[in-house]
Amino acid sequence: MTRSITPEMVKQHGLTPDEYERIKSVLGREPNYTELGIFSVMWSEHCSYKNTRPLLKGFPTKSPRILVGAGEENAGIIDIGDGLAIAFKIESHNHPSAVEPFQGAATGVGGIIRDIFTMGARPICALNSLRFGELSSPEVRRLFSGVVSGIAHYGNCFGIPTIAGEVYFDKSYEGNPLVNAFCLGVLRHEQIARGAAKGIGNPVFYVGPATGRDGLAGAAFASQDLTEESAEQQRGAVQVGDPFMEKLVMEACLELLATGAVAGIQDMGAAGLTCSTCETAARAGTGIEIDLADVPQRAPNMTPYEIMLSESQERMLIIVKAGREAEVQRIFDKWDLPWSKVGVVTDTGRMVVKNHGQVVADIPAKKLADEAPIYQRDSREPAYLAGVRAFRWESDTTDAVSNLKTLLSWPTIASKNWVYRQYDHMVRDGSVVGPGSDAAVLRIKGDSLPPMPADSASRNGKVAEKFIALSVDCNASYVYLDPYVGGKIAVAEAARNLACSGATPLGTTDNLNFGNPHNPEIFYQLKESVRGLAEACRAFNAPVTGGNVSLYNQNPNGPIDPTPTVAMVGAIEKAEHITTQWFKDEGDVIILLGDLLDKEDPLLGLGGSAYLQAVHGIKNGTPPRIDLEREHELHQGLRSLIYAGGIKSAHDCSDGGFAVALAECCISHQLARETPRLLGADIDLSAFLEARLDALLFGEAQSRIIISVRPLDAVKVIERAKIIGIPVTRLGTVGGTALRIKTIKGEFSWPTSELHDFWWNAIAKLMS
Amino acid sequence: MNFAVLQFPGSNCDQDCVHVLADVLGHSARLLWHKETSLGNADAVIIPGGFSYGDYLRTGAIARFSPIMHAVQTFAANGGLVLGVCNGFQILCEAGMLPGALIRNRSLQFRCENIFLKTETRNSPYTNAIPEKLMRIPIAHGEGCYFAQPDTLSRLKANDQILWRYVSAQGETTELANPNGSVDNIAGICNERRNIAGLMPHPERASEAILGCADGKSIFESIIAWQQQQAVAKAA
Repeated sequence: MTRSITPEMVKQHGLTPDEYERIKSVLGREPNYTELGIFSVMWSEHCSYKNTRPLLKGFPTKSPRILVGAGEENAGIIDIGDGLAIAFKIESHNHPSAVEPFQGAATGVGGIIRDIFTMGARPICALNSLRFGELSSPEVRRLFSGVVSGIAHYGNCFGIPTIAGEVYFDKSYEGNPLVNAFCLGVLRHEQIARGAAKGIGNPVFYVGPATGRDGLAGAAFASQDLTEESAEQQRGAVQVGDPFMEKLVMEACLELLATGAVAGIQDMGAAGLTCSTCETAARAGTGIEIDLADVPQRAPNMTPYEIMLSESQERMLIIVKAGREAEVQRIFDKWDLPWSKVGVVTDTGRMVVKNHGQVVADIPAKKLADEAPIYQRDSREPAYLAGVRAFRWESDTTDAVSNLKTLLSWPTIASKNWVYRQYDHMVRDGSVVGPGSDAAVLRIKGDSLPPMPADSASRNGKVAEKFIALSVDCNASYVYLDPYVGGKIAVAEAARNLACSGATPLGTTDNLNFGNPHNPEIFYQLKESVRGLAEACRAFNAPVTGGNVSLYNQNPNGPIDPTPTVAMVGAIEKAEHITTQWFKDEGDVIILLGDLLDKEDPLLGLGGSAYLQAVHGIKNGTPPRIDLEREHELHQGLRSLIYAGGIKSAHDCSDGGFAVALAECCISHQLARETPRLLGADIDLSAFLEARLDALLFGEAQSRIIISVRPLDAVKVIERAKIIGIPVTRLGTVGGTALRIKTIKGEFSWPTSELHDFWWNAIAKLMS
Repeated sequence: MNFAVLQFPGSNCDQDCVHVLADVLGHSARLLWHKETSLGNADAVIIPGGFSYGDYLRTGAIARFSPIMHAVQTFAANGGLVLGVCNGFQILCEAGMLPGALIRNRSLQFRCENIFLKTETRNSPYTNAIPEKLMRIPIAHGEGCYFAQPDTLSRLKANDQILWRYVSAQGETTELANPNGSVDNIAGICNERRNIAGLMPHPERASEAILGCADGKSIFESIIAWQQQQAVAKAA
C-alpha cells in the first residue's frame, strides 16, 4: 500500500511545511505514510520538547548524588547512601483525562510507574497533582470523581501507596483538567538499567499484552489545543489500563533484570513501539530492525502505521543478551505473560521496520530521536500584568470569624480526605506520614528493593532503613500573576514542606503545564516561570532530575493558569527527626519562625491570596515576594532545631495564610474514621499594632512556619532561633476546645469541632 | 513458628505480612507461589491482601481454583490455622471455607482509613492474646461489605464466630463507625471449628509504632501463643 503524502496529510499530523521539508532531508526522499506518522509523534512536543528545550537548559541538573541525570533516560536517579538510590519522575496525562477521566488518569499512573521500573527500580510510592474547574459545575464533578477513581483503580490494584498530592480548583481548568502523576522507586546502584539497544546481534523482545488500536497517536494528541470537537474525535486516542497486567509485567521485568540477561529495556509509553525502538537505538548509537508480523496484535488487519503508533498499555521492549533468550521465556511464562521476539540490534544506525519481511519504514534512528526541530518562540509580557501590578486591595472588610470558615471550606484549602481515602496510601508498610501533613514520609526497607540474582551474596543481607519525604506543590494563581516569582514560590513551598517534615531536599522533578506556546504571552509565562523554578532549585540544592512538559492546555475560553508543578524529594536522617504538622499536647508553646507580615509592605501578602479569591471573588494583585536566601536559612534553621530535639510540630503558612495554617495545626490530626484529634489554641497577636486584620490573618507572606514545643523547651528554642538568625515570635499555647486569636481589632474564637466540620466535609458535601 | 504466606500474581500485601511475621515478630515466614501444590512445613497459612488475579470478575473468584488452594483446604480440614486478610478473607468466602460473602462497599468507593475494631471473643487462635481494649487498624478495600443470610448470621452468633466488629472510638457498634455497610458491623469471623478466620482490616499495617499504631500485632501474637499452647498440650 503506497499513499503519496499531501500537504493536507502533513497538516493533519500536526507538522509544519518546514518540518516536512526537514523530514525529507533526513530521509533523502519523500516519507511514506507510516514514516510520516512516526515522525509526527517523535517530533511532537510531548516526545521532543521542541518548544521548550532551550528553556529547560537553564535548570540545575548536577549534584554529586545524581547517578542518572535529566534527559539521559526515562527517569533520573539519585544516590541516597549505603549503596541505595531512588528513581523518580512526574508526568502529565491532561488531555486523555479531559476526554475520558477514569482511563485517562489510570493510564497516567500506569505510564509513570513503567518509567520507574524501566530504570530497574521497584516503584514504592505514587503522588499526584490535580487541577479542575469549580465543583459547582456538574461536568467538573464528573471529571474530578472520574480522575480520582481512575488513579485509585490503578494504584490500589497495582499495590503502590498513593501517599501525597495536591488538588486545586479554579475556573481556568474547566474543560482542561490537569492530571500530573508522580512515581518513585528504589534500587541498588548496581541495579540501574539502561534504555539502550546495546550489542549488535542481540535479539529484541516485545513483552506484555497485545497491541490494539487504542491510544493511537496519543503523544500527537497531547500536543494540540483541546477543543470541543477534538475531545469527541480523540476518544480513540485514550488508552485503556490494566493495573493487574502492569504488576505482572513489573515483577517479571525486575526478576529478569536480576538475571543479568538484559542488555537494554524501555517501556512503550508515549508513541509506543516507535519511541521505544528509535530511542533505544539512538542511545546506544546502534540500529534496530523489527518485523511487525511478530508483534502480538489484538485486532485483525492492523496496518503498520497503527501498530507503530498504538499506545496500548503495559508493554515493554527488552533487548536481551544473545544466547540468553531462554531466561526471558522462563520468567515470562512463570508470570503467564505474552512475549515475542520481534527484532534484532543492528550496526546500521537505522530503525528499520518490516511487515512480513517487506520494509515499511527505514529512518536514521538518532536523527529521528534527537534531531527534532528546536524552536525559539517569541515572548511578550502578557497585557494583563500591567493591571495586576496596579491592583491594590484597599478595603478592609474582614469578618474574621466567618472568613476563616469560608476559607477552610473552600475546596482548594479544604481537607482532601474525599480524595485520598479512595487511594490505598498504606500498602507496602512504609507510609510513616500519609496524606494530610505538609510532606509525606516513606520508609525504605529491605523488601522495597528489586530482587537480587539467585546466587547473590547480599540476597539476604540487611538493608539499612531510610526515610524519604515527598511533596508536590504549585500555587498557579501566583504564577499567573507573576510567572517568575510564582515559579520561585512553587519550589520554595515544596522545599518548606520538606523542611517541616524534618527533611533535606535531594532533587526535584517538574511538570510544566501551560497553554499554547505559539502565543507569545503564553511563552512569556513559560520562560519566566522556568527562570524562577531554576533559580529556586539552585537555592535549595534541589537539582532537577527530569520532568515533563504539557503544552496546549487550553479550553475554548482560553488558556489554563500557568502551572509548573514541582515535586520534591528529600531525605530524613533519623526516624526521630520525622515531624508532622498538627499540635500534639495541651500546654505546648506555639512559636512562629519568620516574619508574620512583610516588613516593607504589610499588605503584599494579599495579592493573589486565597482570601481574595474565596471571600471576594478576585484573583488579582502582586503575589507575595520571596527572598530565596532567607527562605533557605529558615529551612536550615528549622532543621537544626528539629535535630536538636523538642520540636513537636511544624507547619508552613501557605494558601489562606496564618489563620488557616493555625487552624490546620488544631484540626488536621485524624486518628481514625469519624475520630479527629482536636486541640485548641490561644494566640495573642495584640503586639501587631499597625496591622490590618485581613493581612494579619489571611495574608500569604512567604517564609513562615508555625512550630510547637514543650513549655520547658520554649525559651531554649527561641534563643537558638535568634542565634541562628531567623525571626522568631512566641504566639501562644496549645489547649482547649477552641481556636482563639486576640488582636488589637478584637478577639475571635472558633470551636475546633466546627472548624473541623467545615474543613473535613466541604468536598464530600459538594460531591454528594 | 513457620508461617506460609500465599502469593497470587496480584497479591500486594504479601511482603508486608512476611515483614511483620519475620522482621517484627522474629518467626519464619515464607512466600508460597500460587502454582505450588504443597505447604511444606507450615504451621499456619496467611492469605494476604491484594487483587489475587486482578479481580475483574469478582474478588477472589479465580484464586480459589489455584493449585495452592487445594493444599490449603486439606491443611484446614486437618485443623491447620488459616487466616485471610482483606482479599484473603474474600478468597476464603469464595472458596466456601468461611460463610457469607463480601460485596461492594455501601459508598461504592474504595476506602482506606483507620477504623476501631472491637474484639468480640478471645476464644479463638486469632484473638486469645488481644488486650482488653479497642484496636486501631487500617482498612483498604472496595469490596468489604460483609453479607450473610439471616440463618447464617444466627449461627455465627450462636457459635461465637464473630471475632471483630467495627465500632466507634467509644466502642459502640454505630452506623457511622461502619466503613462499608457490613451487616451487624462485622469485620471478621471464624469458621465453626475456629481454625479458619478472615478479616477485612489489615493487622500487618498496624504492627509497628513507626507506622502510627501497633495494635494489629496482637492478632499475630495470638496465633503464636495458641500454637505454643498446642505444643505444650501435645508434649504433656
